[in-house]
Amino acid sequence: MARMTMIEAIRAAHDEAMAADDRVVVYGEDVGFFGGVFRCTQGLQAKYGKERCFDAPINESGIVGTAIGMAAYGLRPVIEIQFADYVYPGFDQIASEAARIRYRSNGDFTVPIVIRMPAGGGIFGGQTHSQSPEAIFTHVCGLKTVIPSTPSDAKGLLLSAIEDPDPVIFLEPKRLYNGPFDGHHDRPVVSWKNIDAGEVPEGVSVPLGKAKITREGREITVLAYGTMVHVAQAACEETGIDCEIIDLRTLVPVDLPAIAESVKKTGRCVVVHEATRTSGYGAELLSLVQEACFYSLEAPIERVTGWDTPYPHAQEWDYFPGPARVGEALKRAMEG
Amino acid sequence: MSFKPLSLHVPEPGCRPGDTPDFSNFEIPRAGEVSRPPVDVDPNDIRDMAFSIVRVLNKKGEAVGDWAGLLDAETLRAGLRHMLTLRAYDERMLTAQRQGKTSFYAQHLGEEAVSCAVAGALEQGDMNFPTYRQAGLLIAAGYPLETMMNQIYSNSADPLKGRQLPICYSSKEHDFFTVSGNLGTQFLQAVGWAMGSAIAGDTKIAAGWIGDGSTAESDFHAAMVFASTYRAPVMLNIVNNQWAISSFQGIARGGVGTFAARGHGFGIPAIRVDGNDFLATHAVASWAAERARRGHGPTLIEYVTYRAGAHSSSDDPSVYRSPEEAAAWPLGDPIERLKSHLIVEDEWSEERHVQAKAEAMNDVRTAQKAAEAVGTLLDGRHPTPRDMFEQVFEDMPPHLVRQRQEAGF
Repeated sequence: MARMTMIEAIRAAHDEAMAADDRVVVYGEDVGFFGGVFRCTQGLQAKYGKERCFDAPINESGIVGTAIGMAAYGLRPVIEIQFADYVYPGFDQIASEAARIRYRSNGDFTVPIVIRMPAGGGIFGGQTHSQSPEAIFTHVCGLKTVIPSTPSDAKGLLLSAIEDPDPVIFLEPKRLYNGPFDGHHDRPVVSWKNIDAGEVPEGVSVPLGKAKITREGREITVLAYGTMVHVAQAACEETGIDCEIIDLRTLVPVDLPAIAESVKKTGRCVVVHEATRTSGYGAELLSLVQEACFYSLEAPIERVTGWDTPYPHAQEWDYFPGPARVGEALKRAMEG
Repeated sequence: MSFKPLSLHVPEPGCRPGDTPDFSNFEIPRAGEVSRPPVDVDPNDIRDMAFSIVRVLNKKGEAVGDWAGLLDAETLRAGLRHMLTLRAYDERMLTAQRQGKTSFYAQHLGEEAVSCAVAGALEQGDMNFPTYRQAGLLIAAGYPLETMMNQIYSNSADPLKGRQLPICYSSKEHDFFTVSGNLGTQFLQAVGWAMGSAIAGDTKIAAGWIGDGSTAESDFHAAMVFASTYRAPVMLNIVNNQWAISSFQGIARGGVGTFAARGHGFGIPAIRVDGNDFLATHAVASWAAERARRGHGPTLIEYVTYRAGAHSSSDDPSVYRSPEEAAAWPLGDPIERLKSHLIVEDEWSEERHVQAKAEAMNDVRTAQKAAEAVGTLLDGRHPTPRDMFEQVFEDMPPHLVRQRQEAGF
């Protein structure tokens, strides 16, 4: 067992997958010699050669489109979009092509690719380096969407994503790359390397489609993923409310049994995400909970999200749904 | 300093309904005039080829110049039969669409040589990333007509289970990637497939396909960047049939002389070829295939042809172009030209042609009867509604299982 940052865990997953399977190739903007702007692919080109880890032109459609072709050839491309905010030029290739090729060809051709991208805010990245576009992908049938909240899950989920026979969107909460972040931006950053939560077990394996209860509790169920898992934990501690926190980890296919079992037990639910509210993934979660647990609910379901504005720069901490806002929602749900 | 008010330049075709077609400005070099460079040529040394047209068949039907002589008479007769079959197939399927047996069809009329001739330039195991107007690749590869029709009819024998729009075939076994229906996307995927082959140390090559209109898509340019950067073993085929539904080629081309010339900025050798000349089309495609297979990288080819029919069964070209334009098209009809050549070579005759035409139609009718015995979109046996939920993912996730149950299948 070793402590790693999420960056090191992602790098280790690449390394393991590339060592185990010659078909795994890795590319993206600045991914090769330099190892990526966040260094997630550092050392891979030196170890596996330029043909298996290389730089791509600045063209997201090109990166995704060529990966589809390579996958159809028989390789297992793992591609990096430098920031989730840059993915839109590649969206046609993702939504109209990667997601549907198995379906439209009845399995004649398949697209086992992983599209990694750093997402979320908390780094003063402004509107072009802070977005959380998960709902754009969860709305597309044929895609799996994954988002880890710890180094261990990042490694385990990425390995599962690479082995998956279908396209996987792998969102990496960039504020969690170096250490956990509970929304208290005025406190010093703690590295994953200095805490037990940074432990990555040898041979870690995390299946897609399985949520994780990060805190057991009796009073209220909090549904969260990525950075917001840590924010929810802080809000829980600060309000003293006995929350059951579920880290969804995979948004599609979502672990509905885990959600339903918890909400039936607590009778209350708060949904938290960093992304904008309208048509956000939280809306889907609200519907699912309402459909599965209506008669168990003691109070209206609350949701805490980013506002429906572009991600601002100077007002980052007024936008980011921190522990204070989550705590208020928890209290409202308890009173409701 | 003062300036006149600006105005927007919107290109117009030379001929609209009611006008007399005039191709006098369309420069056509003599057959044999453009010579064949070595496959390892420096792209800078053949820049003029993007502005000329490689042609082999002259007006008399003789094959001339150094692009000639690649194919024997037997292969040419097979090519002619493929084109005749494709034309007969189109005729029957268009009629079937008019009879309501399917929702949609798009024919190849006038551009049959392009897909039928390029097919012969590729080897088994190479991969085409076609548009919806390259069914000649399937016919030449021996894909059963009946299976093609099952797809058109979305019947229970449709290999794609009725999920895909008619004409968007898929057959990995026949080196034919699933046709998207979205435009330009597959040009890029062809480059990726070729990169995959290179990464794997294989000797296979890919062929990307795109229409003149779709070269305006960003993916065309992305494909060129990636093909150029990684020197991908890919043949990049632009089928310039002059019309993108109602938009003449000038809308996509702007002020640039030719579509082929787009290759120059990327350092990709670019060749224009007479797409209605079976021999020239095959020869240029073979040159590009050899170039790719020898590791010299991509080639951009513009096949100059003419869409003699409507864009699709949903289109009426008489609204936007002269009905006389097809007959005035100076590069003629691909079937007639190959037929004349074989007759000149004493390898074919009018009688044999009539017979071959009848045989092609007979093959198509036989396949059609068999396909219609299974079903058409109107009646017969269809894929089950349960099939709708399959193959979204390899393993059906719980939410789809629930939805399938909810739907009652």
